[in-house]
Amino acid sequence: MKYLDEFRNVETAQILSEKIHAITKHPWTIMEICGGQTHSIVKSGLEMLLPKEISIVHGPGCPVCVTPLEMIDKAILLAQIPNLIFTSFGDMLRVPGSSMDLLQCKANGADVRIVYSPLDAVKIAEKNPKKEIVFFAVGFETTAPANAMAVWQAKKLGLQNFSVLCSHVLVPPAMEAILSSPENHVQGFLAAGHVCSVMGFEEYFSMSKKYRIPIVVTGFEPVDILQGILMVIQQLEEGRCDVENQYARVVRKEGNSTAMEIISRVFEISSRTWRGIGEISQSGYQVKKEFLSFDAEKKFPLEGIQAQESKDCIAGEILRGIKKPYECKAFGTFCKPEHPLGAPMVSSEGACAAYFHFKRTG
Amino acid sequence: MNKKDSNSNQCALQSDQYDTITLAHGGGGKLTHQLIENVFQKHFSNQLLNMLHDGAIIQSQYERLAFSTDSYVVHPLKFPGGDIGSLAVNGTLNDLAMCGAKPVALSASFIIEEGMSLDELEEYVRSMKKSADADSVQIVTGDTKVVPRGKADRLFITTTGIGGIPKERNISPENIALGDAVILSGTIGDHGMAIMSVREGLEFELEISSDTASLCSLVETMFSVSQAIHVLRDPTRGGVASTLNELAESSQKGILIYECNIPVQSVTRAACEIFGFDPLYVANEGKLIAVVKSSEAEKILSAMKNHPLGKNAQIIGEVVDRHCKRVVMKTTIGGERVVDMISGEQLPRIC
Repeated sequence: MKYLDEFRNVETAQILSEKIHAITKHPWTIMEICGGQTHSIVKSGLEMLLPKEISIVHGPGCPVCVTPLEMIDKAILLAQIPNLIFTSFGDMLRVPGSSMDLLQCKANGADVRIVYSPLDAVKIAEKNPKKEIVFFAVGFETTAPANAMAVWQAKKLGLQNFSVLCSHVLVPPAMEAILSSPENHVQGFLAAGHVCSVMGFEEYFSMSKKYRIPIVVTGFEPVDILQGILMVIQQLEEGRCDVENQYARVVRKEGNSTAMEIISRVFEISSRTWRGIGEISQSGYQVKKEFLSFDAEKKFPLEGIQAQESKDCIAGEILRGIKKPYECKAFGTFCKPEHPLGAPMVSSEGACAAYFHFKRTG
Repeated sequence: MNKKDSNSNQCALQSDQYDTITLAHGGGGKLTHQLIENVFQKHFSNQLLNMLHDGAIIQSQYERLAFSTDSYVVHPLKFPGGDIGSLAVNGTLNDLAMCGAKPVALSASFIIEEGMSLDELEEYVRSMKKSADADSVQIVTGDTKVVPRGKADRLFITTTGIGGIPKERNISPENIALGDAVILSGTIGDHGMAIMSVREGLEFELEISSDTASLCSLVETMFSVSQAIHVLRDPTRGGVASTLNELAESSQKGILIYECNIPVQSVTRAACEIFGFDPLYVANEGKLIAVVKSSEAEKILSAMKNHPLGKNAQIIGEVVDRHCKRVVMKTTIGGERVVDMISGEQLPRIC
């Protein structure tokens, strides 16, 4: 299949692996930002092709993992309102809230539906004028344009029964939070290709300069990731810290202006709490004032919901690349995909679930 | 459905009055009898069924019998490549075939939601008959229930089958030995993605068709060239990954598979990429996995390749002395990873 086979090709992967081995002289720690990259690395067994000196740590770029517990609780509360259809992307349904997940909520009788696009949720709202429809608008910059478009479309259609539970987060502030932490040991970043396809990568130049760190915009297939790693190591070994683009077949420096425009019409930047990490200033989107009637948090009484994370879960340290999943006492024992303590064990993009499914050796 | 005494003089008149199933069709009275006679008996007609006894009495030449049952609740009822009727017959025939059995007889039980059109029901019954005929097996007994609207999703079918196992065959996970070859009969994930595409209204340039098919004749072809077939499984729900994990667990051995040897149609692969699914976990309804003695593997494989249902068969892996009770895969780029049992359903990813 075009654009897939060539990026999963064993000969190309071997050539890149040999090049990486040839240039690596020192131990380096590299973080991939995006959960899609984590999934691909673990699923392809890519780390076996790297020299021992290279440590790959997994970043906070899994939208399911970083959506705060209280947002899940709010989603569950909304889903239980009579005559309300709660719509969501599929993998949010298994994320545990304080007392249950959305799948259990559905089994108990709530009308919870999986949609593949937020615009499908708008269609449901059009077809069900007597019901309230809420869409769980989560994700990074990648899903923001479509989510913004759904709100925009709903307003244009004059729908009064559609709203979004917005929990949007942004990648660069999270990278900055990792880099500015005294515990940080990340020496190079693979930036998230799809986020950059929307936003471009101009904002990474100042970060790279400030923290003296190489940042390579990278794709998602094994060959993309190996090439991204090679480019980061080249910089590190040569003592450079630049922003480079491995994913040039998709990403332009200036991003996608149409996508950015729709985001800026509907959303504005706000502080956000990241599950396992805490509040990061200016790290997310909220619905703009002009669209407040489409904001589920304003439309329904959801204030005062607070949630307590499990004390045994070290998701925060895993999401910041400080620890690996197998260093957690709960990993694979009382935290499993069937009974997750924290979100990284839920999504297939979460580092804990990826390790549990693909890397257990015991 | 095989109750006594249907009133054939009245049925044509009364059944003409209804073109949909009503609760009265399940009441055990005249309408029930008309439904049996004009739909089920009309198509399934055979000596045992026509006796309209409470059960069928079967004679068998076999010492060992295989006995299997399965319920079919597929939505939508009709999909590219098949429908609930063909699925219900093929599924149970396959369960028998996976025991090394030749099918002897089937039963069929129908739970019908009131309001279903009689024409549509008849279409599925016709499809069941066609699938059963293909393996020369008869549906010899059955049952019908009608439930109120909203109490079922239009039509549920349960089929049960009895098959006879020839003396020389011995199928059991206990027979799995180190070095055994793992053969897969064809492309994976087609049924699951066909259903998914119809449910979600996704269209591809090439339509994905379900692979629903009876594997009985393929299994007979395999046994005609070798008896060194240790285990047969059809990787339905949970896909190839779950089946291989069950085999690794029950045989207490490791299974190593090679990603590049696993056949996936490109359209199915594309659909899996769109949903974020791994084809290893997607359902199949006309594929089998055979664990066979390695020295016989090529012979069995070449016989399979000469059968229409095995033309894409491949040796996908082997039983190894490491990775105890686990399935490990050599990936296309030369890495290795565990192929785990799935925890729940695969859910479409956010991005």
